[in-house]
Amino acid sequence: MTLLEVVLRAVAALAAFLVLPLLVGQAEHKVMAHMQGRLGPMYAGGFHGWAQLVADGVKFVQKEDIVPAAADRWVFRLAPAVALVPYLVALATIPVHPGVAAVEVPGSVLLVLAATSVGALGTLMAGWSSANKYSLIGGLRAAAQLVSYELPVVLAVASVALAGGSLSLAGLVEAWSPWWLLWQLPGAFVFLVAAVAELQRPPFDMPVADAELVMGAWTEYTGLRFAFFLLAEYAGIVVMSLLFAVLWLGGWHGPFSDGVGWLWTLLKGFVVAFVVIWVRVAWPRLREDQLQRIAWLWLVPLALGQLVLTGVGVVAGW
Amino acid sequence: MTALDTAFAASAVLAVVGGLFAVTTRHVVHAALWLVVALLGVAASLLVLGAELVALVLVLVYVGAVVVLVLFALMLTRAPIGPDRAHAVGPWRAVGAALLGLATAGLLASVLLPLADGTVRRSDVTTTQVAGQLFGTWVWPFELLSLLLLAALVGGLAVARGGSAEAGREVAS
Repeated sequence: MTLLEVVLRAVAALAAFLVLPLLVGQAEHKVMAHMQGRLGPMYAGGFHGWAQLVADGVKFVQKEDIVPAAADRWVFRLAPAVALVPYLVALATIPVHPGVAAVEVPGSVLLVLAATSVGALGTLMAGWSSANKYSLIGGLRAAAQLVSYELPVVLAVASVALAGGSLSLAGLVEAWSPWWLLWQLPGAFVFLVAAVAELQRPPFDMPVADAELVMGAWTEYTGLRFAFFLLAEYAGIVVMSLLFAVLWLGGWHGPFSDGVGWLWTLLKGFVVAFVVIWVRVAWPRLREDQLQRIAWLWLVPLALGQLVLTGVGVVAGW
Repeated sequence: MTALDTAFAASAVLAVVGGLFAVTTRHVVHAALWLVVALLGVAASLLVLGAELVALVLVLVYVGAVVVLVLFALMLTRAPIGPDRAHAVGPWRAVGAALLGLATAGLLASVLLPLADGTVRRSDVTTTQVAGQLFGTWVWPFELLSLLLLAALVGGLAVARGGSAEAGREVAS
């Protein structure tokens, strides 16, 4: 690999990282506005409120960057970066087309999971270092939630890896067949629910419950640092949606997949992202005990059952 | 020095520095965060040497689950911002801990240094090889370890719930 190729791949990954989360953010504005009859997001700039995201960006840049006097300065300042950068690493390893990924490594499935689990540390650092009780409770709830939902995510992904006999995302897409849609359905359901919970998106947004915790771990953040946390959340949606599209929906498999395979991957990813947004609008927030109950009494047994089913299928040669 | 040597040295330095800060800092949450740095350094060293699966599982399990659990426990109890003077120990215990650490490091070094010949060699370890060793050669120690952890888990649960179960019985009778 020449230096030029390395630079090109890095720039492509960075471009995708900067564009795709904003697209999802814009989609969320508009989808929520339509579903809830909101007028605000539809106003700025005229047609369909296209300028709302730009206005938000300008607002974030203008705001003063404040570190609370009692805060742990270093941890407080580092937290947004810790939340954001791992998703860049994760996004770089996701293949969108046969042979097209910013980085191809043999264990890319594990790399994506490991990177997203490191990103979660950012929320905990923010919650502790803010010297604010709302932030601390938010961080505490986030930690409890992450510990519970990490397991179903890993088990569901392990089931697909078992079915495809590979730990490489590209290898798993090559092994994918439409039969998986039925065979891996319970695992897909577990992953979708647990991924939304890992991202702390509604209805699993107990850590940022705005009615009781202001903004949870992000309460004390302003300006660009706050925007980085938001960007990390949307990058998380992109990574989880693309991962779902690649592992369960067959990635670039589809009509004319030789030429427009990457379009299929992105399209499937955006459909999943739309579902994630839709879920936010449709369901009320779960209480903390309900949240833990779903993880341990439903998702973990379901994921283990899926693992057994996959094992039986692999041995029987389905 | 090759690029491999440099990468290995950098990640090793990261691991050692992270580990030193983790045991010497007075800020209890900082200790947990330095542990993350040390673990990432170890994972990077493993990655340089070609043990990809072990490196990634180390990050996934230790950074993603164990450190998150440690941070949860710290936030749940008392984790003040700033130095924690309540748990400061006397100079004798600090010296004792340092001696014990140096002795362990010396023991490891005396075993490992004769094996090293000064060069960093990359030997790609595939997942299949790791699985073959783990579930073939080492399957009994592996299962015994799992059993030990399970016993510790059940024991922990019994200790935590022992009092409340008796209290419940008293209420029932």
